Amino acid sequence: MNQSINEIQEEIIDEFSMLGGDMESTVFYIMELGNHLPPLDEKYKIPENLVKGCQSKVWLTTSFKEGKIFFLADSNTEVTKGLISMLIRIWNGRTPKEILNSDLYFIEKIGMQRVVGSQRSNGFASMIKQMKLYALGYQQKEKV
Amino acid sequence: MTTLTENKQILFDVQSVRKKFPALHQKVNGHPLVYFDNAATSQKPKEVIDALSHFYEKDNANIHRGIHTLAERATAEFEETRKAVQSFIHAPEAEEIIFTSGTTGGINLVAQTYGRKFLKKGDEVILSAMEHHSNIVPWQMICEEKGAKLKVIPITEAGELILKEYKKLLSAKTKIVSIAYVSNTLGTINPVKDIIKLAHEAGAKVLIDAAQAIIHIPINVKELDCDFMAFSGHKMYGPNGMGVLYGKRELLEAMPPYQGGGEMIKEVTFDKTTYNELPYKFEAGTPNIADVVAMKNAIDFVNSLDRNAALIHEHQLLQKTMSGLAGIDGIRLIGTAKHKTGVVSFVSDRIHHFDMGMMLDAKGIAIRTGHHCTEPLMNLLGIEGTNRASFAVYNTEEEVDYFIETVKGIIQKRKK
Repeated sequence: MNQSINEIQEEIIDEFSMLGGDMESTVFYIMELGNHLPPLDEKYKIPENLVKGCQSKVWLTTSFKEGKIFFLADSNTEVTKGLISMLIRIWNGRTPKEILNSDLYFIEKIGMQRVVGSQRSNGFASMIKQMKLYALGYQQKEKV
Repeated sequence: MTTLTENKQILFDVQSVRKKFPALHQKVNGHPLVYFDNAATSQKPKEVIDALSHFYEKDNANIHRGIHTLAERATAEFEETRKAVQSFIHAPEAEEIIFTSGTTGGINLVAQTYGRKFLKKGDEVILSAMEHHSNIVPWQMICEEKGAKLKVIPITEAGELILKEYKKLLSAKTKIVSIAYVSNTLGTINPVKDIIKLAHEAGAKVLIDAAQAIIHIPINVKELDCDFMAFSGHKMYGPNGMGVLYGKRELLEAMPPYQGGGEMIKEVTFDKTTYNELPYKFEAGTPNIADVVAMKNAIDFVNSLDRNAALIHEHQLLQKTMSGLAGIDGIRLIGTAKHKTGVVSFVSDRIHHFDMGMMLDAKGIAIRTGHHCTEPLMNLLGIEGTNRASFAVYNTEEEVDYFIETVKGIIQKRKK
């Protein structure tokens, strides 16, 4: 991995800045990003992998290879899927420490702070929490 | 068509109503706000907002026990609202009006007092399949405690109660029937008068959840003959955090107090406490004085409207929205009862309601998406949630046109 977490965040902020803060274009662009998220195999869409929000469902599964975490995820809503694709772009292949120490400031910069503001409205906020919990879990495991 | 429009303008001047609501006059995401989330909460007219700050600026004091001038003023204003509510819903006595925190507070009060005292093992409480969680969970809690059972009136595909089934559910075991006057998800207006009459014939008491009805339908509790009615101020142009429970005096008298504290007592010793009279018996602690006071201004606002003209206006918005949405390929209306208020739920076959809500918000349109606190209803309909547009008196046909065009545009864009 060549780019740092913050370098990717800056790259994302840059992409969104081209939309000039127009909310409609922002939402459509996020949905567009979601279309590029690799599809999650149905076998992973099981209750154990469900990160439930009030309005949308998110499935999340991980693997741990050579000290790095790899995420696979999907959602039943396109906006959430787009948001997830950015998280994966930033966090995939990182060490638990990198993930736990990172500050996801891009969310506010692209005008999407409200989707993390309320745990109830969508699975995205719960998803961030869940991804960090996985990182914490793998970190503990490594120490043992 | 011209005559219809002309008549309507004479009937109802929506623009002068809109002027009274400051929150409506703003841009959201670069577009003029279209506020179609009125079933969740309505916007407040300037006089309600002003009454709140006036109270805190001039009259703020704790009520009922102060002898100083401000306390007297605050008490008088607080009790003025009680009288205004009494006459607004045509309750026989002002003491039958209990101030609560909202509809949920009112239903819990009845469940925890009337329910706790009068429900026995084997008794039954009847609800309907379209109830809001706040008219389900309080009854579930007390039924579980008392060993009583919940019975549910089924609904038709259009979202209407099946009265034939309701009649079958009624028996000597039925102690309470608790029903929404208007469904918050479907907009169905339930035939509460018949429901109440049938319940009374079976010897049961009836609570009407009027949270959604209060803003649209003129209410007369005497004529309906309901035993209890609960509603919230904020859903009828009033402030948040205040609600009303109406109850027939003999029932309120028979009920034990709900919460203990100041205000609700007559005399306290460590051996025994005697309770205050109605309505104070149920108003423990310092109430939400300012919001109750400002509620009178909300009632005055509603009373200042030509209610019939307002009803016709809202009905026209409803019809226009329903037929506009029905004409869009891939949209399915949820809730097509014959008698409806201004609530339109719909689903799209390819766009999740969360995405739809986000895309509409980007265009300045506020709707509600999700299960609307009616999960049992969603399960019954086999859907996860809906998009819900709901109207108030200040919404316009132009807003509906813009909304329909926007939904159409979103669907077309996602088709590509």
